[in-house]
Amino acid sequence: MANLHTNFAGIQSPNPFWLASAPPSNSGAQVHRAFEAGWGGAVWKTIGPPVLNVSNRYGAWHYGGQRMLAINNVELISDRPLEINLREIAEVKRAWPDRAVIASAMVESTPQAWHDIVRRIEDTGADGIELNYGCPHGMSERGMGSAVGQDPYYCEQITGWVKDVAKIPVIVKLTPNITNIVIPARAALAAGANALSLINTINSIAAVDLDTFELTPNIGGKGGHGGYAGPAVKPIALNMLASLGGDAELKATGIPISGMGGITTWRDAAEFLLLGAGSLQVCTAVMHYGFRIVEDLCDGLSNWMDEKGFASIADVTGKSLPRISDFKDFNLSFQAVARIDQAKCIKCNLCYVACNDTAHQCIDLIESIGDRPHPTVREADCVGCRLCYNICPVHRCIEMVEIPSGRDPVTWDQIMTSQRAVTEDWEAMKKYREDHGIHIH
Amino acid sequence: MNAPKGLQESLPPLTAHEALIEANRCLFCYDAPCQKICPTHIDIPRFIKKIATENRRGSARTILESNLLGATCARVCPVQELCEGACVLGAENKPIAIGRLQRYALDSVPDRGPSMIPIAPSTGRSVAVVGSGPAGLSCAGELARRGHSVTIFEKRELAGGLSTYGIIGLREPVQVSLDEVRMIENLGVKIENNAELGRNFQLSDLRQRFHAVFLGLGLGATLEMAIEGEEWIVDGLEYIEGSKLDKPIEIGRNVTVIGAGNTAIDCATVATRLGADHVTMIYRRTAEEMSAYAHEFEFIKLEGVNFRFLTQPIRVLTENGRVTGLVCVQMDLGAPDASGRRAPRPIPGSEFTIPTDQVVKAVGQHKPPLALDLARTNGYLTVNENLETSMPGVFAGGDAIRAKGTASTVMAVQDGKLAAAAIHSRLTSEAN
Repeated sequence: MANLHTNFAGIQSPNPFWLASAPPSNSGAQVHRAFEAGWGGAVWKTIGPPVLNVSNRYGAWHYGGQRMLAINNVELISDRPLEINLREIAEVKRAWPDRAVIASAMVESTPQAWHDIVRRIEDTGADGIELNYGCPHGMSERGMGSAVGQDPYYCEQITGWVKDVAKIPVIVKLTPNITNIVIPARAALAAGANALSLINTINSIAAVDLDTFELTPNIGGKGGHGGYAGPAVKPIALNMLASLGGDAELKATGIPISGMGGITTWRDAAEFLLLGAGSLQVCTAVMHYGFRIVEDLCDGLSNWMDEKGFASIADVTGKSLPRISDFKDFNLSFQAVARIDQAKCIKCNLCYVACNDTAHQCIDLIESIGDRPHPTVREADCVGCRLCYNICPVHRCIEMVEIPSGRDPVTWDQIMTSQRAVTEDWEAMKKYREDHGIHIH
Repeated sequence: MNAPKGLQESLPPLTAHEALIEANRCLFCYDAPCQKICPTHIDIPRFIKKIATENRRGSARTILESNLLGATCARVCPVQELCEGACVLGAENKPIAIGRLQRYALDSVPDRGPSMIPIAPSTGRSVAVVGSGPAGLSCAGELARRGHSVTIFEKRELAGGLSTYGIIGLREPVQVSLDEVRMIENLGVKIENNAELGRNFQLSDLRQRFHAVFLGLGLGATLEMAIEGEEWIVDGLEYIEGSKLDKPIEIGRNVTVIGAGNTAIDCATVATRLGADHVTMIYRRTAEEMSAYAHEFEFIKLEGVNFRFLTQPIRVLTENGRVTGLVCVQMDLGAPDASGRRAPRPIPGSEFTIPTDQVVKAVGQHKPPLALDLARTNGYLTVNENLETSMPGVFAGGDAIRAKGTASTVMAVQDGKLAAAAIHSRLTSEAN
């Protein structure tokens, strides 16, 4: 059986699944129960200066009869007194020495405030500190949270203040509300951060009520942007995670990254690991279903690792990173086409209408006597866009099949270097296509 | 007019959440087979998609554009044989519950008058519709929305035909039918009740007073068995009618139903649901030849009804003014008859008696009974491709023109719709 034990920047946990800093890790009682359910660690809900919360706090995006494909929130950091949080962190850590207990913090941007909070956290016996540079609402209006994460200068400066005094690992949690996630990551690294985590929540407006015209959530007649999270944000999180993994400077340091953003199942977890996550944080799925989901997160991940021959989490981490590339380095001669398994096809013909109306008009509906028309791909015209594959409701009915293109492998970058005119002049491109047998209908 | 307990609509309405989940299961097929097979060609994927987007008004309108009696059809259509049977998800999965979604869409828009169905300006033309069953109501409504002045003549006290009188409440409550009648009236159609063709007026009267006539006459009375003691046998249609309307019917404790069609199954259902201890259905052929839908047969078996196939009644036994038994003869099947089914033949000397205290017959109805001066084919009114009878300007549809096995509520609705289109085309070309 695969070993799920995780060593993340020196922080040990029996499995890679940690509660993200959020309402599920708001109190000692909750974290106790989470650990009883099997969570490997918990990043405490952010502690810091006094706050007052509002109601309603959560909006959500429901679609197609599915509840909460995403949640958004305007909840602030912990509204429980600092002393109580620190005491409970200490109690939980004493009770669960094998679990990762990490305190998330956010204080005013002064060296004194940060030095003070770091020391008080270390007194609890916590395994690490996560710096919340991501909260996109409320706290950012007070110069904290994403106001720090969005400015590489502050990001580096504050991380530096923390590192001045911290003896335990410091994790910098990044905001996704930025153009290039690599910049603040490098800033954190420059200041000596021991690890990164991402993503925090994304700026969003969840919904507008069509009866009252109020925003959702409606806070006494007003509303505004809140932090977006849940299954719908996973692809954004994966991209940001991969951006860090693909950055040579960050890669060279081997800085560990704790991945989060929409992790709901072990399958999501495995993807985050493959793209470089060394530990995993979960919030929305827990808020939807409770702490019990950790059982299948571990079980499913373990079974998958066994099936694929991975012995440890470290073996999985970053396994897909070498596959990350840029468009300019893709092989332009690679050719795939759609093939429809007629025995599986239920003839909903959604592939036909999608291809015909919005793609490359290469699926025909073939009339047949005594049966419904069935879709058939004209392979010579199929560009391999994969729209039909994505639409088909039948498992493995449409497969994308690699076929020989008859052309030598070539990348855009190579063409730029060797035949620049082709990339700049349509006539030259026309000739290039003729010479290489590329037909675009 | 609440149905007695036991005969209330069997399927509960879908909740908004259930409907949303079910609607979202629909794939929204490109050339949807459900729409193709629907005799009225409702754009089913479109109305379901509108439920998914919570555009319930648009959904209801989508249905009504093709089928004004969608609320009835949602309940009485043999969906297993039609839309749901054709659903591409049926192969390995569960087909979409199209009937129940259609019911949901229409039930969520109680006001189904001109606000839902635009009415064209008046054409100044008038049409008489005889009979207010599904064919007549459909035809009348379709003509009204095209701006014609329509009067329905209905011989019964209530309009709606079989939907009101002949469909057991388990499948369609009376109120659903009466609401549809109200909707047709809201479109401007006048209904004259207790007005019977041949008794209160003649076809020639209508031809003089109106620019066109549509006959939605349905069928005649239940066929006679021509057996001794027939006067003791309860008419199946009256049995069902009594179970729906506030006309108390007597239910035997040990009921025998003669016949194996859908009406016979409804009669057996009435008996089981209203208190009979034992219900037996007898049929002179075998299960193979039953005209009831397969799903109806499955349903009634689960009701605990016994079947005696290859059994022909020959005499009702009575004692002191009460039925005590039904003498039957055992049959076997010979060569195929005119219907293509193997003909049942009595086995000599095989008579036996089924003890019973109530015998109900549902053995088919007479063909259109009126001695109208119209051509007929095998007893049904002859119509051309425009559903026009041999008498110019007189159109017909529904059970009166449909041979056994091809008649259904939804076909009647479609007949009414097609006849309305033909009548409209005739009246507007005459006007020009």
